[in-house]
Amino acid sequence: MRLWWEVARRSFRRHSTYRAALFAGVFTNTVFGFLKTYVLIAVYDARDGAPINGFDVTDVVTFSWLAQGFWMLAMQSHLELAERIRTGDVVGDLYRPADLQLWWLSSEAGRIAFQILVRSFVPTVVGGLFFHLRLPTSPAVWIAFAVSVALAMVVGFAHRFIVSLTTFWVLSYMGTSQLAMILIGFFSGMFVPITLFPDWLGTIARWTPYPAMLQLPIEVLLGKATSASELAALFAAQVAWAVVLLAAGRWLLAAAQRKVVVQGG
Amino acid sequence: MGELGRKARLYVLLVRARVRADWQYRTPFVLFTVAQFGITFLDFLLIAVIFQRTPHLEGWSLPEVAFLYGTSGVSFFIGDVFISQVERVGMYVKDGRFDSLLVRPMGTLFQLSTEEFAFRRFGKLVQSTIVLVVATASLDVAWTPGRAGMVALMLTTGAVIFSAIWVAGSAITFFAVDSIEVVNSFTYGGNYATQYPIGVFGPWLRRFITLAVPTAFVNYFPALYVLGRSDTLGLPSWSRFASPGVAVVTVLVAMTAWRVGLRHYRSTGS
Repeated sequence: MRLWWEVARRSFRRHSTYRAALFAGVFTNTVFGFLKTYVLIAVYDARDGAPINGFDVTDVVTFSWLAQGFWMLAMQSHLELAERIRTGDVVGDLYRPADLQLWWLSSEAGRIAFQILVRSFVPTVVGGLFFHLRLPTSPAVWIAFAVSVALAMVVGFAHRFIVSLTTFWVLSYMGTSQLAMILIGFFSGMFVPITLFPDWLGTIARWTPYPAMLQLPIEVLLGKATSASELAALFAAQVAWAVVLLAAGRWLLAAAQRKVVVQGG
Repeated sequence: MGELGRKARLYVLLVRARVRADWQYRTPFVLFTVAQFGITFLDFLLIAVIFQRTPHLEGWSLPEVAFLYGTSGVSFFIGDVFISQVERVGMYVKDGRFDSLLVRPMGTLFQLSTEEFAFRRFGKLVQSTIVLVVATASLDVAWTPGRAGMVALMLTTGAVIFSAIWVAGSAITFFAVDSIEVVNSFTYGGNYATQYPIGVFGPWLRRFITLAVPTAFVNYFPALYVLGRSDTLGLPSWSRFASPGVAVVTVLVAMTAWRVGLRHYRSTGS
């Protein structure tokens, strides 16, 4: 346990040094926040404000700024493990007397904790200055949100781990990570909340792991899980996806280790 | 002609070498091209989803917005295929490779755009072209030679404007190496913004994309002419024909920015 904590802490500190990239990322998130919000408001204006599946315009605007703020939970841009597989450095990781998946889970937890700390509030604050947002006042909702964010982080990591491992077979992760990015962007609620999808497409989306990475935590914060049992069901979905994806990742890692051909020289 | 012909031959040669190198990683190459295809497809599905929830957006119909989407995409991805590579200049500056570009007898932009050329980017261009063709076919417009000509003209000037934004933005990396994502909010952000009628956006954002980073001239103003619509901003009607002029100005600004950046460049010395 001590080991994982130290890995996470060092990763947190390492990632706190990339200031310029951080600023640039926040800037971009915020710009896209404006673009998305205006489009969604126009949709509701055209409907004279009629809610869609229980989401009114304030819900959707709040949703899209939070999605901008918490995009790092699902984002694909930081595939350090994939890069290490491509270069062959992963051999060093495999030599360590520590579980590879847990090692990277700790490292990613540290990185994302830092990102949440410095990145998440900027889009939310800017969004709050320019638009009317609806954030909960009840501490219980914020605690439930924090739990859901933590679970989303694990689901997002487990998925990235699988995407990274494909590098063992295809040697360049550009294709797979791009493919993953489309699916995540579309089905996680990043582009628009999946609540706005037509029913058939929404149903498909709910059967993928992607809402568990972003849509579900935001639904918690918006208070969309109104009863304890609804909240429990939502957490259960996140836990289930975390378990399934982590297990799939372990299985894939075992397969990779059996056939591994490491690049390098 | 000799000089230009020599450059063109060299360009083709270098790009071909690049494509051949990419082809060595066959599976990712194919996956990436397919993925790029898919991105734009889901991207467009998003607009279809929006129109499931409302028949009109700011008074614009689905084919009209799809027309904006298509013209924006074609212009943007022409720039993406041929020019966007220059944004990698930051990496060259960081690891010292930029010095080697400077000692070769070719312009830095020329070298960057060939050395980093990526065939897989064509996937998105193809997809945008398909959307544009389908959208154009479903428009309720009385086609005249003027309107058809305007479509061709706006695609060209749009590609030039987006390319210029890429170059101008990348020039910023000479001053702040890690800032490329800021540039992306103008390029990809510009692509996103031009997929919708300008009236959707708040007043300050409208002014920004008309006057500061003039992506509104990529397709919105010319599209008003093609679709026979009136402008929500109330700009004079000549603004519909201003895109070529705007394109020239953005190119001049971009070339100046690049030159200023070059002059500011100091080798890392490592």
